[in-house]
Order: sequence, then structure tokens, then C-alpha cells
Amino acid sequence: MYETIGIWVGAFFTLAIYSFLYKENPIYRLAEHLVVGISLGYTMAITYDITLKPRLIEPLLSGNHWILLVPAVLGILYITRFIPGIAWLSRYPIAFLMGTAMGVSFPLTLKTDVLRQLEAAMQPFYMSGMPWHEIFGNIVMIFGTLAALIYFFFSKPHKGLFFGTGSKIGIWVIMLGFGATFGFTVMGRISLLIGRIQYLLGDWLHLIE
Amino acid sequence: MRKNWIGIPALMILLLLPALSVAQGVDENLTPVDDNLSTVVTEDSIAATLTELQPVAEEQLEEPDPGLDVSGAITVLDKDNDAGDQLLVSFELPADTEGIYAYNVYRRIAGEEGEDAWNLVEVIPADKLPEFIDGYDPDYPISPGVLYEYRIASVTVDDEEFFGSICKAEVVPEGEIYHTGKTRVLIAGGLFMFLIFYYFGKAQKGTKMYLRPIAGIQAIDEAIGRATEMGKPILYVPGLSYIEDVATIASLTILGRVAKKIAQYQTPLMVPNRDPIVYTIADEVVKQAYLEAGRPDAYDPDSVFFLTTSQFAFVAGVNGLMMREKPATNFYLGMFWAESLLLAETGSLSGAIQIAGTDAVTQLPFFITTCDYTLIGEELYAASAYLGREPKQIGAVKGQDACKAIIMGFITLALALAIIDIAAGTHTLDWVRQVITMPIVD
Repeated sequence: MYETIGIWVGAFFTLAIYSFLYKENPIYRLAEHLVVGISLGYTMAITYDITLKPRLIEPLLSGNHWILLVPAVLGILYITRFIPGIAWLSRYPIAFLMGTAMGVSFPLTLKTDVLRQLEAAMQPFYMSGMPWHEIFGNIVMIFGTLAALIYFFFSKPHKGLFFGTGSKIGIWVIMLGFGATFGFTVMGRISLLIGRIQYLLGDWLHLIE
Repeated sequence: MRKNWIGIPALMILLLLPALSVAQGVDENLTPVDDNLSTVVTEDSIAATLTELQPVAEEQLEEPDPGLDVSGAITVLDKDNDAGDQLLVSFELPADTEGIYAYNVYRRIAGEEGEDAWNLVEVIPADKLPEFIDGYDPDYPISPGVLYEYRIASVTVDDEEFFGSICKAEVVPEGEIYHTGKTRVLIAGGLFMFLIFYYFGKAQKGTKMYLRPIAGIQAIDEAIGRATEMGKPILYVPGLSYIEDVATIASLTILGRVAKKIAQYQTPLMVPNRDPIVYTIADEVVKQAYLEAGRPDAYDPDSVFFLTTSQFAFVAGVNGLMMREKPATNFYLGMFWAESLLLAETGSLSGAIQIAGTDAVTQLPFFITTCDYTLIGEELYAASAYLGREPKQIGAVKGQDACKAIIMGFITLALALAIIDIAAGTHTLDWVRQVITMPIVD
């Protein structure tokens, strides 16, 4: 019984959201407001259940983790935004979070986005026994990386043989890469659409197995 | 003033939460670890002191079933390059593994008594290596300097457990101040920071620095002007990621510049947010921009608002907003995921001029196909310097270019060495790679 109701509700809201393809309408608006409201309420409950309760309230009540009062106070300072006289206090947790986020992400970004990429680009392009298409791929990778880097030079005019031609090749390489990514991602999206159609025609209407 | 009344119930709810928890009673039930991913002991352990755990006499909890053998000695290594919050645990497999589906690894602080003291910290499938790094589970963290005891249970398909001996470790986890595997990251970070500060200083001394034009950034003024002429609002989505994302920080910096211009033109602005913290900062940024523009009175507290944290609910909300309010200009700057096309396509349908920018490689193609202008990757980071034209920020862009030149230099060097290696039969490239990038230990 509950499963059937769930399927009908799911089908109704799927169609309500798809009705946007025709135009913005009251049914879509109903679905939109419901999904926004429910998701927010759900997130609040989940946040309390998996974060606040087990990671803050329970350890504090157990009396062994008084250090947790520091993040708790910082969190409470956010709420001072609602009280104009002391709203400036909310800037302290913001500053703390921004500083921490920068400090943590700097070495991580440097490692993953710079050194690891550099390591991958410094591969030998030829080794004995390597098939020709792999050698070709390595050469394209090396020159493509160099050209793409030239494109992202902001302090030099894109003129002349090195910066002019290099950046032109660079943008071509970037666009070719984006084309491949586009096709790959669209395939993934189509599979999502197929999943929804299977739900409507199978679970709901029982037209397909 | 309109927001004041919200603070009172919010504070009340927060104060009531602990009281409610007390009323419900603290649930002490242990949650079994369901992460079946096996972890492999790394080479970090080579230098660590190996200690075989000695069985504690007369503490056998359950008689092993003669049909299901139990594991042998447990070995613990203190993991190097950590904060003293990880231990490398391995154990000898039973002589007879017939009927064993998995091994449950339990840990407790040495000296504690009772079944409740044991925490299930790992489930290792029978076909995986009998070793793992203990300390990854945030529910059962390892504390530096604390002595632990372990016991392993052989588990049947029916989840029946047969316990081996309790073993007390003779080593305690200890942290290291310096991560030896990240020296190269430190050197690279220091070099890049030096270059950025060097050009930063040059710019401050008045050295003129050139910045090539970027179409997407030049179009920002035009897009704001268009919205002003049409008397329609401007929509600015600062991405869906959190504040620690570099793209979000870049987006908020651009939002400040854009909001300042919007304040001068007195055009309505809408900034929906997905993350509560990003919302708080975006609100501050816009408020400050109106103040800098000399129009604090024109600031509308409802212009920056929080929508929801759910990804697709956020998209549904923003799409509805676009179709109802019909903004003349849409900015999508920051980190985006699968929602990029949904947002940009709807914006295109609403007839808005759209400027997007992200460093998400998988989403850039969608923005390029649906938006009028797209800032690709690092162009987003540089946009702030372009808009502000402050010497310091331009100097920072110049410094980043110098970093890119160094990276290009290394790639070119690698190419040259590869050619030399082919011609001379040497292995110089391997050596250079080893020096520059390897090994970067996690």
C-alpha cells in the first residue's frame, strides 16, 4: 500500500518537474516549492542527527570533551547575525573558517593540481616496444599541455610565434578536450533519463518489465 | 530589523537541543563498521618499530568452535608521518580458513573492562590481506600516547563470531611534527609563494604590468549595463560548493566587484546560495560593496538569500526564479556539478545574457555551449584582478604566470631528456623525475 502511494507520488512529481519543459506553470511551482522545503527540513534533521548530536552534544554531555566548546561557541556566533547590535561577532567564525580552509587546501591543491600533473606530463614519450599510437598520444599530451599553459598566460599579449600560435593551438586542445568531456557526460545524462522513463513505464504504469 | 525575530526561536532551539538529548538518553549502542574496503599497509611502516602483541593470559572470551579456526598473533606498527592517530595492524591468518567469511577487528583502550569497551574498527573480508590502517574511522579515533588492545573474530556467513586471544600492544601511537614525504610540496609551495610576493612587491612599487584582455571579463560591465537599461534584476550564483573551494573564494571576490557596480547603477541583485556559510560571506561581501559604492541605503537584505543545501532542489528553486523574475543577466561563477547545464539552459530560455566561469573541467563544456561568455579555469581566478585593476592583484597574476613558466620549463626539460635518453640509451629522465616529483607520499 505505502509502496504504491510512494510510486504514484514519485511519478506525479517526476511529471510535474518535466512539465517545465513546456513552460513554467503552477504544477512545476508546487513541485519546486515542495522539493526545496522538504530538502531543507530533511537536511536540518540529518545534520542534527549525524553531526550535532553524536559529535557535539553527546561528547559534551559525557563530560570528557570540553575542547568541543570552542567549535560550539564559534558555531553559535554565526547566529549573532540575527541580532544587529552584535552581528559583527559572526565575522570571527567566518575568518577562522576562511583561514583554515586556505591553509588546508593550499598544500593539497599544490600536490594534486600541480606536482601530480607535472609528474604525469614528465613521462618519457617513447620506450622500446611501445605501440605507435601510444607514442603519438604521449607527444600530443606533452605539446598539448605546453600549448594549453601558454593560453593561460595573462601577462603577455597573445601575439607572435610563441604566445600567438601557442595560445591558438592551446585553445584548440582545450576545446577538443571539452568536446570529448561533453560527449561522455551527455551519455551519463541519457542513462539518467532512461532510468526515469523506466520508472514511469515500469514501476508506475507496468508497461515494461 | 526584519530578521531580528528569527534569532530568538533559533537560539531557543539551540539551547533546547541538549535538553532533548538528555531526555532521550544517550544511546551507547555501538555501530558496526560497514566499510569493507581493504586497506593496504604502506611502505611508511618500514622505519616503524615492529611489535608483536603478546596474548593476555586467561582472557579468552569465547571458546573457539573446533570447526572455525581463529587468527594468530597480531602485529602493530606505529604509522610514520601521521599525527599519532593511526596504527598499522596485521594478524596471522588461521591455519584453517574453511567457513570463514570475514574477520572482525575489535579495539579497546588497554585496561578497560567489559564487552562495551570493545569497538569494532574494521571488517576484513576473508579474501583480502589481513592488514589495515586503524584510525580512519572518525567514530573510533586513535589518540596519541594511548595503549590499545586488539582482538580478532573469525566470522561465519551467518555473522557468528569466534574470538581469538586478546592482545595488548607494547607501542603507543606517536605523531611526527614534520611529514618527510611532503618536502617537495613544501619547496614548491615556498618557491611559488616567493614568486607571487616578488611580483606583488614590484607592482606595489609602481612597475607597470600588462594584462591581456579576456572577453568574458570585459563583458561583465556590458551585462550589468544591459540589466540596468532593461530595468530587470541580475542573478549571481556563486557556485554550489563550500567556502574551502578555491572557485568559491574567487567567485565571492568577483561578487564584490560586480555588486559595487550594481550598487552604482542601482540595479536589483539576486544571489541564491546553497551553503549556509557561503551565504553568510556573500551577504557580507554585497553589503560591503554597497558601502564602498557609497550607497549603503540601497542595499536590500533580501538580495542575498539561502535556498537549500540539496543540489537539485537548489536548481529547481533557481530555475523557477529565472522563469518568474526574468533576470536580464545571469552570472554562474564558482564550482558547479551536474546542475550546470540545467541552470544555463533555463537561463538561455529566459533570454538572459549569461556569463559563466568555473574550474570544473567536466562542467565547462556545458557552460561554453549555453552561455554567452565563459571564464575557463584560471581565468576565473584572474577575473578579480582584472575587475579591480589593483596593482597588488595584478602582481599576483604575474607571479602565477611565472609559476606556469617554471612548470613549462620542467616539461620542456623532460622532453629534451627523453630525446637524449633515446639517442644515448641513458636514463636521465627517470632520475630527474625522481628528484622533482617522486615520491610524494600521502
